[in-house]
Amino acid sequence: MTVRPIYVLAALLLVSLLPLVGDNYVLRLGTMFAMYAVLAQSWNIIGGYAGYPSFATAAFFGLGAYAGAILQGNGLPMPLAWLAAGIVAGLFAALMGAAILHLKGHYFAIASLVLAEVLLEVTTSWTSLTGGGMGLNLPVIRMSVDAQAQLFFWAMLGLAVLAFLMSWYVSASRIGFALRCIRQNEDASSMVGVNTTFYKVVAFVLSALFVGSAGALYASWVFYIEPPDVYSVLTSVKPIVMVMLGGAGTVAGPVIGAAAFLVMEEVVWRNFLSIHSAVLGLLIVALIFFLPNGVLGFIRKRKRTGADHGKETAA
Amino acid sequence: MAEPFFQVKGLESGYGEIRVLWGVDIEVNRGEIVCLIGSNGAGKTTLLRTLSGLVKPTAGSVRMEGEALAGLECKDILSAGVAHVPEGRRLFRTMSVRDNLLMGAYLRRRDKSVDEDLERVMTMFPRLAERANQDAATLSGGEQQMCAIGRSIMSRPKLLMIDELSLGLAPRAVELLGESLVEINKAGVSILLVEQDVMTALDLAHRGYVLDRGRIVMAAPSEELREAPAVREAYIGAS
Repeated sequence: MTVRPIYVLAALLLVSLLPLVGDNYVLRLGTMFAMYAVLAQSWNIIGGYAGYPSFATAAFFGLGAYAGAILQGNGLPMPLAWLAAGIVAGLFAALMGAAILHLKGHYFAIASLVLAEVLLEVTTSWTSLTGGGMGLNLPVIRMSVDAQAQLFFWAMLGLAVLAFLMSWYVSASRIGFALRCIRQNEDASSMVGVNTTFYKVVAFVLSALFVGSAGALYASWVFYIEPPDVYSVLTSVKPIVMVMLGGAGTVAGPVIGAAAFLVMEEVVWRNFLSIHSAVLGLLIVALIFFLPNGVLGFIRKRKRTGADHGKETAA
Repeated sequence: MAEPFFQVKGLESGYGEIRVLWGVDIEVNRGEIVCLIGSNGAGKTTLLRTLSGLVKPTAGSVRMEGEALAGLECKDILSAGVAHVPEGRRLFRTMSVRDNLLMGAYLRRRDKSVDEDLERVMTMFPRLAERANQDAATLSGGEQQMCAIGRSIMSRPKLLMIDELSLGLAPRAVELLGESLVEINKAGVSILLVEQDVMTALDLAHRGYVLDRGRIVMAAPSEELREAPAVREAYIGAS
């Protein structure tokens, strides 16, 4: 591996010093980065390691946001609500995963995409619980604006670090090994005795847990959520782009991709206010086209050709 | 009469609405090589996939040494001792030859016996030993088949099922693989061989079944099948 996971962990910890140097705008960016890092690392488990193109991130995120908001509204302390939201998303993933993970490729992608749509409809119609289309307000926190910005920044970053540790553990464990086998060849994995159904469901749950918590954190952070906001299809697409940018199936890739994506998004947003989506889209297409294996793949390839070149000149 | 080592009775299976197997009965005795021949679309591959648990049967029974296997998960059928070498080899690309072989022992505890078995496979297929650290995707077709067979015997099966041993391989490679199958068989592993190349299959096997449109239409020792007019006409092309 060209970028050691330990460096990424160090970088994440360095980011935690941001409140010392930055204003609230920088902190907002830092919180967004941490949230993107959670989403990308989570998607990487099912999409990168296991090779299942999941579009369910928005479903987990929205479900977590609403679960957290409703629990907080009923008096559960904020950190517990975040934890519970992660568990709710994980349970949802276990149930749905058992139902749709036998589908492969495009069929799985469509089925996972539908999850968010269904939850969006349910949330919109269940007005008594969720406030329906009018959205849901969260309890106000009695804290200064600056203190809040720091609190949510650190909480989100903490979640990103947890997701990172999870991803690192998975990559080195029996689960990661089984998932990579499944990505290579699912039939052959079954034939050598890998319990493919079990590991796929585990991967799906791992890709949901932290996203659910991130959704709840996001809800607490912005104070007000409505269905189209938290179930947005972009929430499913962005993490995929980030992982593609960084390098799928690697530990460091999703974090690098999340940072790269945030920078791109921010720069484009500032300079092309009216057509920012179009410019961002073109940039993404160009990057995927020129860096098919992500930044990590590119570095690795450069190193390899560099080494070959060295051999030639030596000979 | 004692129950045969491996017995399939009235097996029915298919994909969704499409029925492929219509009550298949076959038996494999201990230490036997049995081949299954039939034309494209007869259901040979589906039969193997059903026996190894990749496809769930809709009716019928599969028993090995009295143990009921029909409908179990792949890993349970494998740990009962039935290994499947799939059509087209299906190796793990990006993994080395050695790791591919070790994958075959996935369900076993990693101890000395695994290393001994790895050694045995490498001795049986010296080409794999030479290429142990190479990416499995870089092997030739024949070497890939060796690797796939090696991988499956790493699980220490009692019954080895091979789908299309010779498909796309040079005659010399098929000959080599046939010899190693006989060797594996002599070490006590029963073999169920699915093969389109009828002559190769009948050379290797003690007995054979002919599968046609999802039904067993003939069962006889290899010599008899080779002489049977229907087989000669349909599969060998001699009259």
